[in-house]
Order: sequence, then C-alpha cells, then structure tokens
Amino acid sequence: MLRLEKISKQYASLQVVDKISLDVPPGNIFGIIGRSGAGKSTLLRLMNLLEKPDSGAMYLGERRVDTLSGRELLLERRKMGMIFQNFNLFSSRNVADNVAYPLEIAGLPRRQIDLRVGELLELTQISDKRRARLRELSGGQKQRVAIARALAAEPQILFCDEATSALDPQTTRSILSLIKNLQKFLQITVVVVTHQMEVIRAICEQVAVLEDGHVAESGAVKNVFARPKSSAARELLHAA
Amino acid sequence: MPPNLHEILGLLPQATLETIYMTFASTFLACLLGLPLGIYLFVTSPAGLRPQSAVYNILSRLVNLFRSFPFIILMILLMPLSRLLIHTSIGPAAVVIPLSISAAPFVARVVEAALEEVDKGCLLAAQAMGSTDWQIVRKVLLPEALPALVSGLALTIITIIGYTAMAGAIGGGGLGDLAIRFGYYRFRQDITLAAVVVILILVESVQLGGTLFSRSLLNKR
Repeated sequence: MLRLEKISKQYASLQVVDKISLDVPPGNIFGIIGRSGAGKSTLLRLMNLLEKPDSGAMYLGERRVDTLSGRELLLERRKMGMIFQNFNLFSSRNVADNVAYPLEIAGLPRRQIDLRVGELLELTQISDKRRARLRELSGGQKQRVAIARALAAEPQILFCDEATSALDPQTTRSILSLIKNLQKFLQITVVVVTHQMEVIRAICEQVAVLEDGHVAESGAVKNVFARPKSSAARELLHAA
Repeated sequence: MPPNLHEILGLLPQATLETIYMTFASTFLACLLGLPLGIYLFVTSPAGLRPQSAVYNILSRLVNLFRSFPFIILMILLMPLSRLLIHTSIGPAAVVIPLSISAAPFVARVVEAALEEVDKGCLLAAQAMGSTDWQIVRKVLLPEALPALVSGLALTIITIIGYTAMAGAIGGGGLGDLAIRFGYYRFRQDITLAAVVVILILVESVQLGGTLFSRSLLNKR
C-alpha cells in the first residue's frame, strides 16, 4: 500500500530520518513506535507528503508520490486522512462543519456534503452532537469528530499521530476499538504512530521500532513483543 | 442657554460628522490595502504557509518604515496624491487618502498578529487534507482569527480617530480642526474641551462595541 525506500531527511546537520525502508501492507493496522526524538513525527510528515525527503523514494500503491508537486500533490494528500494528538479541529466550525471541510475543499455540492456528514457521524457514533460546538465536547468525542473528518474524503490510508496520547485510559480503549472496527469495515490501511506500547499491542498487526532515525527492528507484533531483538524494542517493552 | 454653549452646540455636529466620515472612509480603504498585505505577510513569514524570507523581509521592512514615519509628516508628503486623485488637498475628503495609506501598514501588522494567533495544529490539519493556500486562508485562517480581527478593527478605528484629529492641523476638518482653530488659535478652552469629550465618547464606543462583538464571536464557539 505504502512503500518507503531508503527515505532520508536532514534538518540543519541533524539526520532525523536515516535511510528508512518500510512496507505498509494494505488493509492492515501498521504501528510505528519509538521514544520522543526517534524521528517519528518527521517520518509521519514525510509519509503524508507534508515534507519532501532529501533522498529515497515513496510509493502509494503503484504510484511514486514523493516527487509530486502542485495540484497533483494536493490531490494525493486528499487520499490520506490524518488524526492528531490535539485533534486540531477548527474552532470556528461546529461538529458537522468540521467534518464537511474536506468535502468542501474537494468541491462537492452542499446536499451531498450534508448526506455524507450524516453517514460519517453515524460511523464514528457521534451523530447526537451534529450541531454541537466544539467546546461542548469531551476529548474522546473530539477525536471521534476528527476521525469522521479524516475519513470524509474516503482516504485509502489513515495516519494516527499519537491519537490517544491526550486521552484517559478508558477513552483510549474506546477510540482504539473504533479505529480497529473502522479499519475492518472500510477496508482501509491504518498507520499508527505512538510512543505507547499498549496502543501497538491493542490494535496493530505489524510494527516498526524506530531509534535515532532508523528502523531498529520490524515484523509481526507478536514476534517483536515475544522476542525483541533490538535494545530499543526491549527498552520500550520494559517501560510499558 | 448661555451664549457659549449655544455656539459650541452649533459647531460640534458638523465637526463630529466630518470626523466620523474621515474615520470610516479611511478605515475602509486602509483595510482594503492592509488586509491583503497582512495576509501576505503572514503567508510568507517564517512560520507561515509558504515561507519566503526574502519577500517577507522586504515587505516587513517597508511596513516598518511607513509605521515609523511621524503621521503628520507622512500626511504632508502624501497631500500631492490627494490633489492628483480628487483635485483638492483641503477638507475631510482630501485627508482620507493620506490617512488610509498611513493606516494601511498598521492594519497589515494587526492582521498578521491576529493570524499568528491561529492554532498551528489547525493549519497543519488543513494542509494535510490537501487544501490549497487560498482555501486555508479563506476557510481556516480568517474564520479562526475572526475574533482577533474584530478586536484589531476596533484598534484600527481608534488609531484613525487619533490621526483625524492630527489631520485638523493641516486643514482636514473634523473635531481636531475645531480644537485647533477655535481652542488653540482663539484661546477657547471650552471648545477644545468639548471636542475632546466628543472624541473620547467616539473612542470609548468603538472600543466597547469591538470588545462586545469580539466576545460574542468567541462565545459562539
């Protein structure tokens, strides 16, 4: 689905991402774990095409995407959904209008947008808040709205950037199970970036462990967890 | 009614209307120039949507240059422009042109500051969703910054009221003109006082209106 080949990115003289190769299979939840400073955020910005790599290549499906620019780049970004630790919803819009945003920029007619927004809020189980203002919502409810917004344009891939790190354990569980169910139901690919081992354990099938800008090890979650080969993976397991 | 009061009441309405006219016409034109300039400053700033340090630095210096100019001197320098555009350099209408040009860089900074307050996470989300820059400006930046822009507008109007009073010194009309011609040249402190009171009322009502409107926008969120 998403394939990275020796992707590198340098800021000033710091090699933040160092020749990372990854193969995210389709219809799967793929985890990327690492401590802060391991290069997770940069890798994510490269994957969702907000940054260009210094070297290497990236493919979404069969298409090379890291070299795109202009209109084509925007259209490719629209095939990717993203949710964030701090939700990043628009406070000037209510719940429904937040979910409508990606459809508005894609130029859908109003009536179609309203229908689709209804479906999405149904899907993320937050229909009762359709007309609500954002400040009336709890953290978990906000993340449900953010998920609805991220899925609005029917992306092929959903990126979750520390999406549960600001939530309490119970809300974290409900959001994770929502993501898992949606992945099965919509048959999309999900990439979860986190520093929390529990998140990987709860929903991911495969995991890549990041350390100092490179992949320390990767594989099926059960193997990596049962027999961690790298010191980075062992440390993360101990911390959990 | 004492003769003084009668005279003052005869002079004030005309001068007040002139001040209001100069203020609103100048504010409108200053925003017409300053809003796009402020948006452009933010977009090209180091933390903006499309950082372009060369363009930003030149524009930013230019804005600073205009802002550091004493207003009264800038106005005298710009008077020929009024003569060119509306064929007179005296009266309220003539003052509007230098006033708006002097206030535009101020508006640009106010707009830039308001846009900087917008949560960077919102911009990141909008970019990640594949918005064009124009879509981000129109659908995210300006709506998110609206309460701050409204406060900034009130601040701009108040600053321009101050400028119009100075415009009186070069024959611009309005309350400043009244205070200078009667109060200063003819030692009529009562007229100066009356002009000051009216200016104070204008400033206070704009400030109050701006604060209330901005707050009501925030309360809707």
